Amino acid sequence: MSFVSVRNLYQKYGNRPILERVNFEAGEGEFVSIVGASGCGKSTFLRLLLAQEIPSKGVISIAGAEPAKEPSLDRGVVFQRYSVFPHRTVLQNLVAVFAMKNSLGMLSRSEKKDAENAAMTALERIGLAHMKDQYPSALSGGMQQRLAIAQALLAKPKILLLDEPFGALDPGTTANMHDFLLELHDETKMSVFMVTHDLEEGFKLGNRLLVFDKPRWDPDFPDAYGATITFDLDTNQDKSTIDHIRETSNVQ
Amino acid sequence: MRWINRKPDHVSQIILALLSFMIILVVYTLTSQARLAVNPSDKLMPAISKIIETAGRLIFEPDKRSGEILFWKDSLVSLVRICIGIIIAGVSGLFFGMAIGMIPYIRAALSPLVKVISVVPPLALLPIMFIALGLGETSKITLIVIGVTPFIIRDLIARVDEIPVEQIVKAQTLGANTFVIAKSVVLPQIMPRLVSAIRLSLGPAWLFLIAAEAVAAEAGLGYRIFLVRRYLAMDVILTYVIWISFLAFVMDWVLRKTSENLWPWMESKS
Repeated sequence: MSFVSVRNLYQKYGNRPILERVNFEAGEGEFVSIVGASGCGKSTFLRLLLAQEIPSKGVISIAGAEPAKEPSLDRGVVFQRYSVFPHRTVLQNLVAVFAMKNSLGMLSRSEKKDAENAAMTALERIGLAHMKDQYPSALSGGMQQRLAIAQALLAKPKILLLDEPFGALDPGTTANMHDFLLELHDETKMSVFMVTHDLEEGFKLGNRLLVFDKPRWDPDFPDAYGATITFDLDTNQDKSTIDHIRETSNVQ
Repeated sequence: MRWINRKPDHVSQIILALLSFMIILVVYTLTSQARLAVNPSDKLMPAISKIIETAGRLIFEPDKRSGEILFWKDSLVSLVRICIGIIIAGVSGLFFGMAIGMIPYIRAALSPLVKVISVVPPLALLPIMFIALGLGETSKITLIVIGVTPFIIRDLIARVDEIPVEQIVKAQTLGANTFVIAKSVVLPQIMPRLVSAIRLSLGPAWLFLIAAEAVAAEAGLGYRIFLVRRYLAMDVILTYVIWISFLAFVMDWVLRKTSENLWPWMESKS
């Protein structure tokens, strides 16, 4: 039984098929990059993994659990934007990880102390300790994403889902963030799923790469068929295929 | 240089602002003088000195019959009415706005009702309230509440909808239940919006208050100006109008400052 298992997954919006016949297995600790042209359903796939959407057909199971009906502590997520809480300071954003689990959203005094210590350790790890009392709006885009990743990891999810996490950053910052994310993955051995529109980024970060595309295409009805996984590669061995993917799947 | 690109400096901004007030004051004074020259007992446009004299009498001298200073009594009575009305409207607007905005089942049940209620002109309901609730305080406060709450609810629903869904999903992945999301994600972000919705409602709230007091009351700012209208006491009316405007301005200013102090992250966000 693999850690993440996706069986015969279909997703439709109204009559429009988005994904069809998606089958996929991943082991624990894999870093899976998901690429594809825009509108090919890669973000839909991520939302299905997140349980933000329920599939029309098929099953997603994580760590052998029942298919989830809504997002929960099992799944950590970082979006391209809006992943941190703007009304909380940097430190409070991390303390929230411990407080929100409580059914009243509150911490006792000693719990609060522990949470702040854990948050400070995490802030030092990501190099944001000096910003602890700032609001997110005072942080650069890269800092905000680092905070968002730290926030997600602090909750100790079973899988971490990243939806174009570096899409809004400038190229220099993105390169730093790549190193940061790879280091974190080495340290935590977390299972990661990252959606990106950048094939190079997918190859560089993932040890496995999924390409989503429409295998069947009707020029009169572009929406007639959904997308599925057209390539599933080990990024350490298949570097040569990058050009082939570029030609056939219109991703950059 | 185009007019859209010419900007007054700080000093000329102040001068220009004062200028518009001065012009109105001068035009009023000249017209008033001209009218008083023809008819010294003209009541329609009393001289500014007369208004100041009346204001002094209203503010400092007690009423001969009751021994109370009616000006302060009216102010107190009206302020209590409008404040209670605004507080009830704000609390219920916050509660229903968040509940409808966050929970699809409550939205399905109440959103159409709120839409229908908000198109009913509140003043048309005033007679119903006087009949149903009597002529006392309840009917006046109810008018303010009914007049203002639907707007606050609808505004807050829109503000809840504006919170990025990413934040709501993120909170769920951190294990938050509906109550915690309401308390820790939505409420803190909606509070500054509530204050600005209340600020926008102050105008209508004063309108409803003065209308209700004009129809039936025993004291209050609106009651007084409609009472002395019978004697063409423009000096009294103008004093009260200036005072009401001042009170409205102060209430708005207090709310704005409160918002700026309590939620500093709002400023840097926009």
